[in-house]
Amino acid sequence: MPTADPAIQLDRVSRHYAMGDTSVRAVNEVSLSVANNEFLALLGSSGSGKSTLLNLIAGLDRPTSGSIIARGRNLASLSSLELARYRCHTIGMIFQSFNLLPRMTLEENVELPLRLAEVDRAERPARVREALEHVSLTHRIGHRPTQLSGGEQQRVAIARALVNRPKILLADEPTGNLDTATGEAILALLRELQSQLGMTIVMVTHERPLAEAFADHLATMGDGKLLSTFAVKGVPQ
Amino acid sequence: MKPRDLTDLALRNLREALLRNALTTLGVAVGVASLVAMLSLGVGLQQLAAKRLSQSGLFDTIFVTPKNAFRGMGRPQRDPDADKPGRSLNDTARREFEALPNVIEVYPQVRFFTEIRFNNRPYAAVVAGMPDSSRNSGAFDGMQGTFFSSAAANEAILQIEFAKDLSDKPSSLLGQELVLRYAERQALPSTAANNDASANPGESSGGGFSVVPKDLHLKIVGIVETEPAAGYGGYGNARLLMPLATASTLRAAQVNDLRDIVHDSGPAKTTYASLSVRAKSPSQVEALEATIKKMGFNVFSLLDASKSLRTFFTVFDSLLGIFGCLALAVATLGIVNTLVMAILERRREIGVLKALGAADADVQQLFFVEAGVMGFFGGVFGVLLGWMLGRAVTIGTNLYLQRQNLNPVELSYVPWWLTISGLVFAVLVSLAAGLYPASRAAKLNPVDALRYE
Repeated sequence: MPTADPAIQLDRVSRHYAMGDTSVRAVNEVSLSVANNEFLALLGSSGSGKSTLLNLIAGLDRPTSGSIIARGRNLASLSSLELARYRCHTIGMIFQSFNLLPRMTLEENVELPLRLAEVDRAERPARVREALEHVSLTHRIGHRPTQLSGGEQQRVAIARALVNRPKILLADEPTGNLDTATGEAILALLRELQSQLGMTIVMVTHERPLAEAFADHLATMGDGKLLSTFAVKGVPQ
Repeated sequence: MKPRDLTDLALRNLREALLRNALTTLGVAVGVASLVAMLSLGVGLQQLAAKRLSQSGLFDTIFVTPKNAFRGMGRPQRDPDADKPGRSLNDTARREFEALPNVIEVYPQVRFFTEIRFNNRPYAAVVAGMPDSSRNSGAFDGMQGTFFSSAAANEAILQIEFAKDLSDKPSSLLGQELVLRYAERQALPSTAANNDASANPGESSGGGFSVVPKDLHLKIVGIVETEPAAGYGGYGNARLLMPLATASTLRAAQVNDLRDIVHDSGPAKTTYASLSVRAKSPSQVEALEATIKKMGFNVFSLLDASKSLRTFFTVFDSLLGIFGCLALAVATLGIVNTLVMAILERRREIGVLKALGAADADVQQLFFVEAGVMGFFGGVFGVLLGWMLGRAVTIGTNLYLQRQNLNPVELSYVPWWLTISGLVFAVLVSLAAGLYPASRAAKLNPVDALRYE
């Protein structure tokens, strides 16, 4: 269940891009609070700015203005190296197209964040196995991503995102490349892992029914602006 | 990322595009090979020249002549101390030289022009006495036959051209005898009151000498290409070599004998025309030269020639190195091209790495290590290939030399420093080539990289 202290606090966050002579406001003055252990779904049509907002929270991009406080740290004040460490230790990310490295086995893909975090080599096999156990794929440990179905690949991506035991999981359209049943299974898995491991989840999606079925809160974006936030089964806040 | 993980990932990445990376590595190998082959030939030629010159015995030898000696073929005196009176080059002086530190031996040059008879036909030749120490100096390596059986044997070693004059089949001369006809000095009763007591009674001792023709039978035991320790001062290279001890006992009239009579002025007469002083190593020649000069003698060594030779080979090696580097420069462009292509292909992967927590430095180091690994393997294969090229040139040259009835030579030589330098240079050049691609990869915007299809 969400706790009172916010895991992520956005205050009037904007991200503008220069496109020739014009400036595109991908994210425009968004203020949002995500509590610890909350599952927030960011909804909106294509180009509404939800993925840009997710990248800003992930520290992959920097806001043009405004502040992002993630677990007590202002991302705007972090150096490039500190942002990399933040992504490594605090954040786990999953993507619509899974983004597994095809030439590596599942084990090696899941081990990759451990290498980046400089986790001791002796400790790694157990951590990888533990992460793959969470997604029930230990029996495919030696396979390559291309030998797996879409749902299985996304489960490997979840294992990879969880292996460094992050406090915030960011998911960018995790069900976008999956059929409905598999998508539901993936979100059910995320929800189960959240309750098991205790973490905050921010998921970008345009599939409202799925979001309503699994998220605690919904935030709707349009033209870079936050249009509304809802508690699921509740009234607009 | 830890170095071992970086290396693991770099090797994995290199294996993925095996053909392209192997070709790039081969490019580096060819570049290093050309560099190593060129320099190994330079070093080999330098060693060959140095060996030949050291075999000549000139670089560790100081030729000492008395101050009043002719400086060969009418050359003017350049010694600033020329006006000062010189000392006699007699046995006293010889013993003083022998007592000097770092002197191995002191021996006179016995060299005279005479007639040699073989199969009742006369031949004119310069004869030289060879000290027994030259047996182990390497000067006679590769000769036909053997060195003198003893220090005072009645044996001769012929210079190959002279041997060809004697016979169409020079090797058939080995074991045959020839006759040395020489002019023996016999001292006349002296008119001077104070002859040098230390002088050999057979030597010219002040009052002049008579010349008596003598014969000596010598057995031909060897044939050599050129005379080692060829004399200087215009006496010419010897065509017949014999043991120094044997040559000394002949008391053969030498070029300087008439001069000694003309210059004879009492007890300070010259006993030897010249003495050869052998130092322990060429590095001690300069100091010994100065010491002997201070003692009042003329000295001559090929030290300056040796320095010039070293300078020449330094320039020669540099030029060869520059040509070798050109090939390596082309290989460097290959590395840049391969890594830039890799960035384009792995753009999305770089984005994923950054999303998972890779710092810019991690990505930069990854590309850097990939460049370094290609450089290392290129260096290893390059040094090997360069050595093989050098061997091939040597073998080809020796086949040609063999057809010309000449002795084989070692044209190329890869010393340990060239192996290490080739390897280090290949890695350094590859790392330099990786600088730009690595920096470009590190600067990739992760959001753009993740969008890349």
